[in-house]
Parts: sequence; C-alpha cells; structure tokens
Amino acid sequence: MDTQVMNIIEQTANLEHANIPDETVGDVYVDRPRMTARNVNVFYGDKKAIDNVTLDIAEKQVISFIGPSGCGKSTFLRCLNRMNDTIDICRIEGEIAMDGKNIYAPDVDVVPLRARVGMVFQKPNPFPKSIYDNVAYGPRIHGIATNRAELDDIVESSLERAGLWNEVKDRLLQPGTGLSGGQQQRLCIARTIAVSPEVILMDEPCSALDPIATARIEELIAELSSEFTIVIVTHSMQQAARVSQRTAYFHLGKLVEVGDTEMVFTKPQHEMTNNYITGRFG
Amino acid sequence: MNSFSLAIAVLLISSGYFFLGTRALTANRAAGARLHSLPHYYGLFAGLMAALPALALLTVLAIGDDIVFNQLALGFVPDAVKAGETYKEVIVLAQISNVVNGINFGEQPDWVYEAAEAWAGWQATSTTLKTITALALSLLGGLFAYRMLNPSFRSRNAVERILMTVLAASSAIAILTTVGIVFSVIFESLRFFALVPVSEFLFGLTWNPQFEGAERAGSGQMGLATYGSVPLFAGTLLISVVALSVSVPVGLFSAIYLSEYASPRVRAVVKPLMELLAGVPTVVYGFFAALTVAPFIRSTGMSLGLDVASESALAAGLVMGIMIIPFVSSLSDDVINAVPQALRDAAYGLGSTRSETVRQVVLPAALPGIVAAILLAVSRAVGETMIVVMAAGLAANLSLNPLDAVTTVTSQIVTILVGDQEFESAKTLSAFALALTLIVITLGLNFIALQVVKKYREQYD
Repeated sequence: MDTQVMNIIEQTANLEHANIPDETVGDVYVDRPRMTARNVNVFYGDKKAIDNVTLDIAEKQVISFIGPSGCGKSTFLRCLNRMNDTIDICRIEGEIAMDGKNIYAPDVDVVPLRARVGMVFQKPNPFPKSIYDNVAYGPRIHGIATNRAELDDIVESSLERAGLWNEVKDRLLQPGTGLSGGQQQRLCIARTIAVSPEVILMDEPCSALDPIATARIEELIAELSSEFTIVIVTHSMQQAARVSQRTAYFHLGKLVEVGDTEMVFTKPQHEMTNNYITGRFG
Repeated sequence: MNSFSLAIAVLLISSGYFFLGTRALTANRAAGARLHSLPHYYGLFAGLMAALPALALLTVLAIGDDIVFNQLALGFVPDAVKAGETYKEVIVLAQISNVVNGINFGEQPDWVYEAAEAWAGWQATSTTLKTITALALSLLGGLFAYRMLNPSFRSRNAVERILMTVLAASSAIAILTTVGIVFSVIFESLRFFALVPVSEFLFGLTWNPQFEGAERAGSGQMGLATYGSVPLFAGTLLISVVALSVSVPVGLFSAIYLSEYASPRVRAVVKPLMELLAGVPTVVYGFFAALTVAPFIRSTGMSLGLDVASESALAAGLVMGIMIIPFVSSLSDDVINAVPQALRDAAYGLGSTRSETVRQVVLPAALPGIVAAILLAVSRAVGETMIVVMAAGLAANLSLNPLDAVTTVTSQIVTILVGDQEFESAKTLSAFALALTLIVITLGLNFIALQVVKKYREQYD
C-alpha cells in the first residue's frame, strides 16, 4: 500500500467520539443534480471514514469541500469516480449516482466512468512523456480521435482551454516533467479535459503551487465551470470563497453544513462551521 | 611482534589518545572554555592520527618486504646458475623460501642454504624494524595531534576530512583491484598472443587446444592445436539467448504481477519463494540440467523425430534461464515499485485499465531499471560456469542450433585450467585470452546499455 493511502487512513479520525448531529445543515439537494450521493458510508478496514453523507452536486457549478485535515473530504471526493477501488481495504455503502445511475452498480464499468468523471491531483503528476503525449494519453486509450489531425486538434484545444497553449506550443515534444509546477498542474488539467469529462474532481490542486500559479489555476477553474461540473477539495477558505458557488463543510467524516458559498461564509448556520471559518480550530 | 599483534597495539595506543583528548577538552569545557566542536571530536582526531599513519605503514611494509627480500636473495644465486638455460627466478625463489619455511625436497646447493639463512636474518630485522617504527609512529602521531588540541582547534572539520580520506581510500581499493585483475589478464593474454596470432584467435572457426605436437586421441596423427575462439563465443551467445528468452519474460511478468496485481498477502508468500530460487547453488542447477532436463529434451526431441544431442544448448540454457529469473524479477519488482503512485493514480483517473497503466505508464517509467536488471541477467548468463560445464558439454561445435551440444567460453576456461598444467603453454594461456575477450565484451555491452538507457529514459522526478 502506498504512503498516500496510508496517510489518508492515518488522518481519518475515529468517528465514535464525534459529537456531531446526524443531520446536515443547509441545502443538500439542488434542482438539477449531476451527481447524487445518498447515505454514503466509507470504511477503511473497520474504521469509518465517511459517515452517512447525502449530497447533490449541481450541473456546471463549482462546489468546494472544506474541513480540517482527516475530515474525509478527499475520501469522499475519491468515491465520486471510484478511485478508492484501488485501495483493497476500502468499502463503500450507500449510493452514489450520476445522472440517476448508481456508479457502484455491478454492471458499471469504471473505465468509462473515469472518462466521464476526471480527476486532478494534489501534486502535479504529469507522465514522464512529452507534453503532447501527456494530453493525447486519454484520447488515445479511449479511442476518441480517429486520426492524427483530430488528435492534434484535441491536444491543441485542451491546452488552450487549460491556458497553457501559448507557453508550450513550440515545445510540445519536450517532456512534461520539464515544466514549472504551475504549468505541470495546468498540463494535468489539460490532460483531464482532453477526454471531455462531464465532471472534474480536483483534490487540493493548488496546494503544491506558489501564489501566482495558484491564481492562474483559480482563473482557469472559473472559466472551466461554464463547461464542466467541478468538485474541488481545498484547505484554503479564501480559495473556496473565490472559486465555488457552493461549499460543503466536512468534519470527522460527516457533512456538517452545505449551502451557497456566500451563505456558508457569511452566515454559517452550524456552530462548528462558524468556528472553522473564523479560524477557531482546524 | 607479528603484524597482527602490532595492529592491536596501535589500536590500543590510539584509543588511549582518544580518551586523553576527550577528557582534556571535557575538562576545558568544564572550566568555561568555548569549544569549537564537541569534546569527542578532539579525542577522535588524536586517536585517528595515532592509528591511521601507523596502520598504513604496517600495510605497506607487509606487502613491501617480500619484494625487497626477493631482490636481495637473487644476489646469492651464482652467475653460473643464472647463465644456465633452465634458470627461472620464480623457481629459485621458491627453493629458497621452502628452506626458510623448513620444507626440504632433497639436498639443495650450498648457496640456497646461505640465501635462506640470510633471509631468516632479514625477516627478524624487518620484524623488529616494523615493531619500532609502527609503535613510534603511532605514539608520535598521537602526541603531535594531542599537542595541537586546544578549544579553538577545528577538530570536527579535521575529523570529517580524515573520514573522507578513509572512505575515498576504500573505494580506491575496489577500483584498483579491478584494474589489477584486468592488467593481470592483459599481461597473460599478451604472452598468449605472442604464440598465437590475434587474427586466428578472434576469427578462427576451430577450437582445438592441444599440447603443441601432442597426439590427438585415437587419431594416430600428430595434431596441431588451433585456437579459433568463434565457436566458444557462438556457444556462449546461443546459451545466453536461450537463457534470456526464458528469464526476461518470466521474470519481468512475474515482477509486474507481484507489484501491480497481487494482493499484499499473495505477494508476501510468492516473493520470498521466488527469491529462494536465487539461493539454490548453481551446481545443483547443473545436475538438474544434466540429469533431468537434458534427457527429457532428448527423449521429447527423439519422439518428434529430431536429432538432439544428449548435452544440448537448450537444456543448459533453459536451466540457466530458470536460475536467472529471480534476478530479473526481484530487481524489476524494485524499480516498478519505485514508480510513484501518483503516476498510476493519474492513469487510473483518466480511465486506464490496469494493463494500460502498466504498459503505457509504469513500464516506460521503470524502463531504465528494467534494462539494468536485464543487463545483470546478461552478465550472469555470460559468466555462468557450473551449469554449462555440467550440462552443455565440451564439444566446440560451431552451431546455432540449440539442440546441438556446444561449449562456452567459461566452461573452456575451466577445462583448460583444471588439473596439472604446464603454465607456459599456449593452451593454458589461451584461458586468459578468452577471459580478456569476455571482459571486453561485457564492458562493451554495459556501455551500449548505458547509452540506450540515457536516450530512452523517461525521467519522473
């Protein structure tokens, strides 16, 4: 088992002592949900990491998950495209549906699911291949492009939408790992949108970047939200406030409060949310 | 005192200085002085200065005195003997040292006894000198260093420098040994090439090393030795190719299975079991090949109507391949595990299947390490001796048919050098020429592989 997974498990606090009400405060339901989670429980071995979370994710909107370390926000995010499948001891109860279809149903294949629900990771992780091949990777494995010219188009438009085209158009054949950290993260975003996903999951996409690169990514998220449904996990409340329309606050595996970002940050209804956003703990 | 007890004495002196130095500076610190380093660094400095020069001197003297004695002893040899046709320095020196060590083969000429007596005298002198100089150097070196100690002396830096020198000397020993081996092989090879032309050795198609002028068994004719090494290298190549075509796919695939597919529980059982293969002595593989695999291949081949030699390249190669599997799998497993999980996550996150992730992301990233593993397998295959001696036969056939009996460079070297041999003959010396060629080929392979790795590596960090 890799260290990242170990960390997730380590950080997941024991929920038995959690003194949090079962009911989530705020509006868990929306009018046009793209993905819906109903009574989701997640276990690592016999440790409960997510406790009875119900949440709608709205179409073409940015929703941010905030909360202290180990609150389960990354775990929940990874459930949305079944990335937790790679962890042997991880078990999921409840239902997560996309367009009304349970993604954990036995007849669902994870390969097309992950093409529809793309993911951007905490640390930029370009493949040790050329910039071109990084972006072309997804279209190639899914057979999206039928010829070279089409593939070229996909690569160009993805890089353009990720705001990277002008910086790399003259060196598409150079390794992606030679770019700066911010450029690498935008390359990873381009790689994700190259397979035309409907939902993009972002797991603290700016935590390894400097403020300028962070600002670029945040701009990009705002632009992309017109096309994609975006779920972002972040440690920065300012970032959540800047980029998202809805905010969900997790604490010790439970979804404490969810609502319009403005409401959550200006008039939090739950005391714990209030304590967290005012910096009293977390 | 002999060298061993001298070394002990030097170490005792050195630890004495260590305690003195540490204590003195601890006392200084207690008295309120600001030390540059922690007290034990001062002690270490004094101790190292007492130990290292003396030990180095002892080593040099231990190696050097025999060389000097040899030269001196040769002075006792009468000119008449030296002028003789059969005169050999090595033999004369052996005569003398036998007498010194009390081993007597019959009556020796008088001058041998004189030389031996003188030799014993030199040995006594040398031992005394060694004792005095080593102890004096140790005491003086330690004293010198001890006198240098004061609170502002930068002893930590000095100790670091000394340790760096010791470490560098250690790596120098490894390198010098290799260079020494190469040179000794080169010199013997040069003697061989004085007897047999290089072109015959490198391009000759017949390998038939005989004592010059010896009768070929059963032929009734005086045979001429021929030293064409091509059949040997062809045999080595053939067997190595067979071995690698077994070990590389099997080893690599099992490494991929273990690192990407197997559950932790399966892995915990299977990996040690595979590594057990590496612990089987090659001689056991050898008789497995000769007694089990070779007859099996022969009978199978016969039933298919093929003409199979009882000692076939296929049998030796297959068994050698099995022997090499753990090297390939263990090393590949390590490099595959070293590929960051983030790359796998990225591939899975884009909807890759496991095999796509392995083929397109993990293997390219692990490629340099895998090539290195395969290279190690190649050098194991080329250098492996026991299995081929037992299973491949000694017939130097020039053939690329794996069902024939072939021989390899290493098994020829063994047969040439085993038993009582006349050392000056071309036959014996040919072993060194073979070894030299083998070294050159291995170096060449390494060089090529390094270039390949450099060119195609996908750097992930």
